[in-house]
Amino acid sequence: MKNYKTVVLSNQEISTGYYRMRILAPGFGSKAKPGQFLMFRVQTSLPPLLRRPFGIFRTGFLPADCDGQAPKEFVEILYKVVGRGTDIMSNLQVGSKVEVLGPLGRGFDMGVPGEQKILVGGGIGLVPLYMLARELTRKSSVRLLMGGRTREDILAVTEFERLGVETYVSTDDGSLGEEGLVTQVLLRKLDKYPNASVYACGPMPMIEAVQEICAARGVPLQVSLEALMACGVGACLGCVVKGAGHSEASPRYLCSCKEGPVFRAEQLDWTKLGQEPGYCEGCKI
Amino acid sequence: MKNKRPSLAVEIAGIKLKNPVMPASGTFGYGEEYAPFIDLERLGAIVTKGLSLAPKAGNPTPRIAETISGMLNAIGLQNVGVDAFIQHKLPFLREINTPVIVNFFGNTLDEYGEVARRLSDIPEVAGVELNISCPNVKQGGIVFGTDPKAASEVVGLVRKHLKKPLIVKLTPNVTDISVTARAAEEAGADAICCINTLTGMAVDVKTRRPRLANKTGGLSGPAIRPVAVRMVHQVVQAVKVPVIGVGGIMRPMDALEFLIVGAKAVQVGTANFVDPAVMMTIIDGIEAFCVEEGITDIHQLIGSLQL
Repeated sequence: MKNYKTVVLSNQEISTGYYRMRILAPGFGSKAKPGQFLMFRVQTSLPPLLRRPFGIFRTGFLPADCDGQAPKEFVEILYKVVGRGTDIMSNLQVGSKVEVLGPLGRGFDMGVPGEQKILVGGGIGLVPLYMLARELTRKSSVRLLMGGRTREDILAVTEFERLGVETYVSTDDGSLGEEGLVTQVLLRKLDKYPNASVYACGPMPMIEAVQEICAARGVPLQVSLEALMACGVGACLGCVVKGAGHSEASPRYLCSCKEGPVFRAEQLDWTKLGQEPGYCEGCKI
Repeated sequence: MKNKRPSLAVEIAGIKLKNPVMPASGTFGYGEEYAPFIDLERLGAIVTKGLSLAPKAGNPTPRIAETISGMLNAIGLQNVGVDAFIQHKLPFLREINTPVIVNFFGNTLDEYGEVARRLSDIPEVAGVELNISCPNVKQGGIVFGTDPKAASEVVGLVRKHLKKPLIVKLTPNVTDISVTARAAEEAGADAICCINTLTGMAVDVKTRRPRLANKTGGLSGPAIRPVAVRMVHQVVQAVKVPVIGVGGIMRPMDALEFLIVGAKAVQVGTANFVDPAVMMTIIDGIEAFCVEEGITDIHQLIGSLQL
């Protein structure tokens, strides 16, 4: 991990309020593992003051130029405009300079090869699942269950399909795929594949519901959590989450940026994990 | 004729620093977190996260909130405890040719004394920074820093147990910081560090709840710099011991402001989160400024404020 000064290769709105940005990633794109993230410095003037963490959606190589240079690495992120930081990012043009710190954090454990894998994504929570799917499809059968409020929250599904992933879409309003919650689909899939492993990323209520289902059925679950972060390298301890065995009398916290953002479900204390005041509400400045 | 490089070396309470730039406690972990990004040996000193006698888990989440040009934090002094620090964190720091200043605190007067005693015999610890200014813990911290009598008592007790240079870090959350600065000096502080964070609060207007679980937190970042510069200026007038200035330093010129009002060294905090290499930029920038201004020794700059 290092701080890289690089440039934007493309930055486009792919659905209302959702953007896809590709940056040149010399020396770090190909090093990134599924589930890792980058800290973006949105601009060098203020505000916003702090960097913003973004999960890595995809890495790859640009084709070699005719000048015979080696193929150049790139990284793609998908992000939703939620506050001033992401608003500024959405206005960055091709060639804009950006600073990124990374790749940071612990990613997903690939689990046992050959077993069924079910990925559950909610809205922008889909981001870290694409690299994961790309890795898992080499050795396992992979299904993606993708949920959102409306069709606008459903992103990049065809790209998963191109990897050979079976995809199932559900929306709260029925505007795309099945009407209802993604967890309904999960229950059905687990009936069919009771020995599957589950990987989830999305809004906290969705993650909590997935955890309840997986815990009740004894299914292994890994979750990628979103957290407010200042440093991204384990120094500020601002992004901690409650670990298993946590109590008020003997608090136990895990650092999301260093020990996560991917956790095995049993590492965490699920009591009111997402119901604390202000959780995930911090980036509005 | 080739310009000679200016001397940036300063001495704080007997600790010799290559240059006046060091991290602020709590923003730099135990040093190793930032080792992948910068050459730790270029720093004037390394200041560790605040240590307590027993490990401390810290406050409930959310612990941070961004504000305009600043951030609020209520980490609650989460740390590994003094013994685990000595056993697991110090071996890394031992290999680095930079003085290590250990920040510490206690929940009670006795605990302050005990941690000081344990750090006193560790040769790799160049000096200690006594935290009587954290706004985010119920016991200890700011309780000792806002009352000059209590400050005097805790500094005196630590002085008795400690054979090392003692820096006392003061809180800005007082009416007159020069009063606590004098109390700390009289009780045996070898240097004063100011300021710590300003107590603040932010509210989520949709939920109408505080954005921090602790309700209030410490405000840091560029938003507080003018307050910090003013307070350092006041403290420099009030005491004879060296003063370390801290509060919202993001760029070389910010550090220069503190030096000009009389700080002998500076600490960089929140800016480390924004740019892990910011202290390198600040050191280079101070040097470049000295060359530009024909300053051969940083002491020509320290306290050069024109009134």
